[in-house]
Amino acid sequence: MTDPAMSEEQNVIPAQDPGGSPAPAPRKIATKVNATDVDVFYGDKQALEKVSIEIPQNQVTAFIGPSGCGKSTFLRCINRMNDTIDICRVEGTIAIDGRDIYDRDIDVVQLRAQVGMVFQKPNPFPKSIYDNIAYGPRIHGMVAGKADTDDLVESSLRRASLWEEVKDRLEQPGTGLSGGQQQRLCIARAIAVSPEVILMDEPCSALDPIATARIEELIDELRQNFTIVIVTHSMQQAARVSQKTAFFHLGVLVEQGATEKIFTNPEDKRTQDYITGRFG
Amino acid sequence: MTTDHIVKSFDDELNKLSDLVSRMGGLAEEQIECAIEALQKRDAVGATEAIENDRKIDALQLEVEELAIQMIVRRQPLAADLRHTVAALKIAPLIERIGDYAKNIGRRTLALNQSPPIKPLFTIPRMGRMARTMVQDVLDAFSNNDVEKARAVWVRDAELDDMYDSLFRELLTYMMEDPRSITACTHLLFVARNIERIGDIATNIAEVVHYQVEGQTLSEDRPKADEASVTVVEPH
Repeated sequence: MTDPAMSEEQNVIPAQDPGGSPAPAPRKIATKVNATDVDVFYGDKQALEKVSIEIPQNQVTAFIGPSGCGKSTFLRCINRMNDTIDICRVEGTIAIDGRDIYDRDIDVVQLRAQVGMVFQKPNPFPKSIYDNIAYGPRIHGMVAGKADTDDLVESSLRRASLWEEVKDRLEQPGTGLSGGQQQRLCIARAIAVSPEVILMDEPCSALDPIATARIEELIDELRQNFTIVIVTHSMQQAARVSQKTAFFHLGVLVEQGATEKIFTNPEDKRTQDYITGRFG
Repeated sequence: MTTDHIVKSFDDELNKLSDLVSRMGGLAEEQIECAIEALQKRDAVGATEAIENDRKIDALQLEVEELAIQMIVRRQPLAADLRHTVAALKIAPLIERIGDYAKNIGRRTLALNQSPPIKPLFTIPRMGRMARTMVQDVLDAFSNNDVEKARAVWVRDAELDDMYDSLFRELLTYMMEDPRSITACTHLLFVARNIERIGDIATNIAEVVHYQVEGQTLSEDRPKADEASVTVVEPH
């Protein structure tokens, strides 16, 4: 599946509704996102078939699978990004904190505040580093005055491990940073509006190993505060950063489980064949 | 592992890894056989051969380790491939230790040849044959991913332990009857101990094979019959 063109504002998400979340289910690891029997159609073509998965809170869940298997399509269901594609139809239920996000009375703009997204190619706004971060919080009235905004910009950049590298050039354009820095800027921009879930669609595929290591380190830190779902083509990356892994193939969620188990002793032959490089 | 890898050279490397481990195992089996036969026949040439053969096994162990490390670097094996690579890496030093025990039997044979024979040896050759078969079976199990065969070896070790225990008591009796036999009997006791250890190592390999195939270690307790370490024989 090719990625449909994304507009930049999808990366900036407005403030969440703090009162809306019911208490998580009484389990050891709470489920943040619960998808049940999700079907996705592009026109007549079915892209996903009966996908059911629980995405645990404050953990990293990795989606793996060959190109066109539906993993990115499913990822985009979680913040209703597929709504932007006219011929796309989603069936089944996806609930965040128990609330169905495809419900009629759900405000999609609010939803995308709650569920942030980071893309394969870093896409900072053609604005200063400072404004890249400040833009979202400003338009959603999360900050009052310069001091307030300064604080939020600094804390977001710090949480994205970028502050030390850019603190002396906040007025310079975000597009002037290196690829890895741009990606961390996009992560900082996403977390500036305090989302609960962060979706990452191959966030390191355009980065060198050092920039990749920084993002992976960052992902590990971010999961203290956020629930993270990452699509990756790198098995090693999935093994390194995630606690849960789901393998998609031909629109079906073939196998899901503890990352450790999936990569050492998967149950399904298709999973085994894919991760060991045996797909013809 | 029925389907081939997209990268064919990865298959070649995995096959080579299995092949190297099998060759190590083959050499170890020969070495055990050679050492036991030399012991029976008081054959210094055979005993020396068993001692010398150990070098070949050591060299192969290095090859296994180098290849496995290269494969981890180049292929980052996962799932069954990972377990196979790890299994080879764990089994190679175990076979190397079997070689060490066989070498030790060769050395003790040379020492035993210096003193007159004590009694016809029955139990030790039997133990030797059994240990050799266990090594052979467990390595077949490794090559064929045969977890049942590995398990059978794992269970069979109790028999070898029984034989060792009865031989232990027998040799103690000889020594009490005739103190001049103490030197020879002590060497024989160590030979028997070496064989018994080879059996233990075969069970360790069986556990690795179980991990390779099933993805988890054997969790139950192995039937253990080695009582020699607590046996006391009082003089009459």
